[in-house]
Amino acid sequence: MGVSRRQFFKSVAGTIAYAAVVSAVPARLFAAWNQPAFTSETLAAAIAAKYGNMPIEESSAIQIKSPEIAENGAYVPVSIATTIAGASSISVFSEANFSPLVASFNIMPRMKPDVSLRLRMAKTANIIVLVQAGGKLYRTVREVKVTIGGCGG
Amino acid sequence: MQLSRRDFLRILGIAGAAGLVPGLANSATHTSDMYQMQGFGDVRLMHITDTHAQLMPIYYREPNLNLGVGEAFGRPPHLVTGSLLKYYGISPNTPLAHAYTPLNYVEAAQKYGKLGGFAHLKTLVEKARGEFGASKTLLFDTGDTWQGSGTAFWSRGSDMVEVCNLLGVDVMTGHWEFTYLEEEVRKNLAAFKGDFVAQNVKVKEDALFNGAQAFDENSGHAFRPYVMKELGKHRIAVIGQAFPYTPIANPGRFIPNWTFGINAMDLQELVRTIRAKEKPDAVVLISHNGMDVDIKLASEVTGIDVIFGGHTHDAVPQPFVVRNASGRTLVTNAGTNGKFLAVMDLKLGNGGVKEFRYKLLPVFANELKAHSGMQALINQIRAPHLDKLQKPLATAGSLLYRRSNFDGPFDQVICDALRKRNDAQIALSPGFRWGTSVLPGQTITMENVLDQTCMTYPETYARDMSGTEIKNILEDVADNLFNPDPYYQQGGDMVRVGGMTYRIDPAAGFGKRIDEMRLDNGEVVEASKKYRVAGWATVGAKSPGEPVWETVAAHLQDVKTVEIKKLNVPMLKNAGHNPGLDFS
Repeated sequence: MGVSRRQFFKSVAGTIAYAAVVSAVPARLFAAWNQPAFTSETLAAAIAAKYGNMPIEESSAIQIKSPEIAENGAYVPVSIATTIAGASSISVFSEANFSPLVASFNIMPRMKPDVSLRLRMAKTANIIVLVQAGGKLYRTVREVKVTIGGCGG
Repeated sequence: MQLSRRDFLRILGIAGAAGLVPGLANSATHTSDMYQMQGFGDVRLMHITDTHAQLMPIYYREPNLNLGVGEAFGRPPHLVTGSLLKYYGISPNTPLAHAYTPLNYVEAAQKYGKLGGFAHLKTLVEKARGEFGASKTLLFDTGDTWQGSGTAFWSRGSDMVEVCNLLGVDVMTGHWEFTYLEEEVRKNLAAFKGDFVAQNVKVKEDALFNGAQAFDENSGHAFRPYVMKELGKHRIAVIGQAFPYTPIANPGRFIPNWTFGINAMDLQELVRTIRAKEKPDAVVLISHNGMDVDIKLASEVTGIDVIFGGHTHDAVPQPFVVRNASGRTLVTNAGTNGKFLAVMDLKLGNGGVKEFRYKLLPVFANELKAHSGMQALINQIRAPHLDKLQKPLATAGSLLYRRSNFDGPFDQVICDALRKRNDAQIALSPGFRWGTSVLPGQTITMENVLDQTCMTYPETYARDMSGTEIKNILEDVADNLFNPDPYYQQGGDMVRVGGMTYRIDPAAGFGKRIDEMRLDNGEVVEASKKYRVAGWATVGAKSPGEPVWETVAAHLQDVKTVEIKKLNVPMLKNAGHNPGLDFS
């Protein structure tokens, strides 16, 4: 991968066990690159292309760390962690993006389900995180506001 | 008319305020002096905030419009005038009522005189320390100290560092402090004798990689996140919370290496760690979040005993008590412009606060002697600039002030100046909450203009904007003020508009609050049509024009006497019975 181990741990400040900077990973490295899911133009279509018709349940066991108001919409840092047992996949969607599926992580059995990424957001939108465990999906949503800004004080 | 000291003492408004000034309220021997502070409990924590570098005593009119929406409707700090007095049991027509509200403002201001001034504040701080035992006291400053005056601007904030060192500030955090360059901030902090704390300012990862200075490279903290203070046999943990949206509300270009945020989860983790590792007798947060954000934070994050708050400039007479999963957190806000010294006495036990006594003491300059050492320092700071500061520009024909949700007459002067001198149809001016007041009949000096405008990005612009662009700006700022979730608010008031009127529904959702936009001549503002718009204080990039104080000074010299007959307040929709509103 294009990320050195040193950079990798530095970027997560030593507190997060595993992370991936998705933009640095060429698509061809993925064994099963899900083209339809990443190019779907609506949230529902992206979820369906990625996970089919699995049932979705709201969950408080997914923690999304993200700014309430983005300092820079082109570079929004987001960290996701979950305590759901048997989590095998974490996917991140941004409702307002042209292609809502931003990133998807396959979680291996010995990997801690704790990931960080930067995403680009054109405007205020919800970040939707789906975690797959067994045959089920768990969902948490968090809003990130992108402002034109500049009159506070 | 000025009051004699005897008259002043006789009419102090504390008779009806049992509990407000504990230990004094019903005591015949002590009701006469609000500055007589019987000690209570184990430690005395004092607090100033948002002084905006006002070294001298000033007039500052509190708002008659401070709307709360959602859960904040009618809740402190969103109470004004009679609603505020009633909530806190303060008698009208008293010095306290004058300090906390704009009621009968001009008459009361003439009667009670100016407030604040660091020399008078110093006298009060010394008295409060001496009475309690200096070693058991701390003085906090929650920021916005290095900006707001000509002298602070010309010295890049360093005059205020000197003043705060002499005042004896023990711990501070910041916001406008970050509107100087990183190396200037670092230089000022090196000269500051107290501790600067901020758990929510981090060095960006790429900047760390490139060798940017950090307090802790592993955690990324740009500054010390907290400090332990020993007061007698008690240990107090003081955590800092800088203004979370500094690089959004102010130019990020001055401090490109730093990233901010509320960072509530980090804060919870930090409180847990401090409680486990340091075994403190109390944990306090000194915060520049703004009061609504602090109230929400107190409900979510457990283990904080007191939040001493600033940013929103709210003069809140008593702490707001927030219950959360593990107990209670007291949330305060201590006003602005040096008007107040907050004094909180705490009785401690079992790692927390058992009981408290709190006073938000107005610093009446006529009632407190100026501290000679501090006065000498202030005179020395001002001496090289006196001619410039005291230059007369015009006369105030009517009361000039800024603070209010939608418009203040001084902002109207700024908007008029921007429009006239840039030949613009519309003017926009930020809804800052700093800026002093000028009474009718007084001379408006350059110092008064600098009080309203002095900052590190004062450049003006004039450019064409479509009706849609103008509406988008209004909607964006309105959401920063009225988003029902305080974590999405930035503080500050609504952007001031000249040459155009509009209607606003504060309770509506994003993008749906503003309509009925019309030019002053009644013409409807059309979405696709271009309008010439003038403004200042651009956050994204530096504007090409002159500093706005030059624009305003030239305009004032032209008009000679300023009469604001009608305030440029928008039409309000769905705000009829809000206790944060009083148009009488």
